[in-house]
Amino acid sequence: MMLEAREITFSFGQTVALRGATVIVYPGEILAVMGPSGSGKSTLLHCLAGILVPDRGEISFAGQRLDTLDEGARSALRRDRFGFVFQFGQLVPELTAQENVALPLLLGGTSRSAAMGEAAAWFSRLGLDGLERRRSGELSGGEAQRVALARGLVSRPEVLFADEPTGALDSLAGEQVMELLTATARERNATVVLVTHEPRVAAYADREVIVRDGRVTSAVSVAL
Amino acid sequence: MTVPLTLLSLLERQPSHGYDLKRDYDTYFGRGKPLPFGQVYATLARLARDGKVLAADTEPGGGPDRKRYVITGEGVTEVAAWLAEAVPPEPHLQSVFFVKVVLALMSGRSAEHYLDIQRTAHLQRMRELTELKRTGSIVDALLADYGLFHLEADLRWIELTTSRLDALAKELAS
Repeated sequence: MMLEAREITFSFGQTVALRGATVIVYPGEILAVMGPSGSGKSTLLHCLAGILVPDRGEISFAGQRLDTLDEGARSALRRDRFGFVFQFGQLVPELTAQENVALPLLLGGTSRSAAMGEAAAWFSRLGLDGLERRRSGELSGGEAQRVALARGLVSRPEVLFADEPTGALDSLAGEQVMELLTATARERNATVVLVTHEPRVAAYADREVIVRDGRVTSAVSVAL
Repeated sequence: MTVPLTLLSLLERQPSHGYDLKRDYDTYFGRGKPLPFGQVYATLARLARDGKVLAADTEPGGGPDRKRYVITGEGVTEVAAWLAEAVPPEPHLQSVFFVKVVLALMSGRSAEHYLDIQRTAHLQRMRELTELKRTGSIVDALLADYGLFHLEADLRWIELTTSRLDALAKELAS
């Protein structure tokens, strides 16, 4: 398995977000994590990605405990082996689109010219030709999200974490982002953990799990 | 039944043989359920009887597959009226989902388990339609979207019902 959360609990102060959630993510799969708002699905993603450390339970990545690593080691892991796309692209407004895409590589120590060259290749791949020098305020929602997707994938992550990546887009732009996200992930054999409350987005995944009241409901098999 | 009106509409483009109409029907609307030849010829015969089409023998032999059909003025009027008419919106108030949930709760069974299974089945079908949309033509994508939006509406209902099961069980028990 690629990633596993075993019986994890997590609270924000008095508010319990996860109450013994267990989930396995297999290598190369696209897993949709679904559930109503407030169910704990984003918290589960943040724990799997090493952003949050669960109060109890274990997180493993590629056979190694992730929850016992210190913040520095988790931060390096997130930078080097994980990619992220969030609901609102969260591009750095002062940087151009191309600099935004190059950012993970620059933070990882790649030279500026190599990082910018690598970033440039993503613009034609994602249908963003000509937008390299724009800033986030000059991009449409769909364009900004595709730039964010390029940034999430530029360092060739083993796992891409996507939290409501189409949440702020209309359905056509959302479909375009999902089509590019899943096609690129499959092409690179990247594992994807996709949090969404939209069935049409989840339908791009190989499999789904449902989070309800801080727990992952057991998988049901269906004979049709 | 829309088959007679669909064939009549296809015939409006140009005079055609029954075989051509069947081929176009299957391509655009059949979706794995091809129209039997028998139904095509029986329908065309009825349309001819009712004055909506004219049948002309084009080749010797006189069998149904040798005939060429032409739409009449009356047929065109009927097609125009049908295409401009609203289809009655289906309220789906006799849904089997609803019946199963209520009966499960009445008999003390787990409706949640049923809803989980239904959700999985719906998502599986949505995956198939998403694949059709990704790999097919724009016509395929349009039809797949029709199915996807309807399945999504069912899923919204499933989510809402799941969150109301306790209240629903109480009401049914009282």
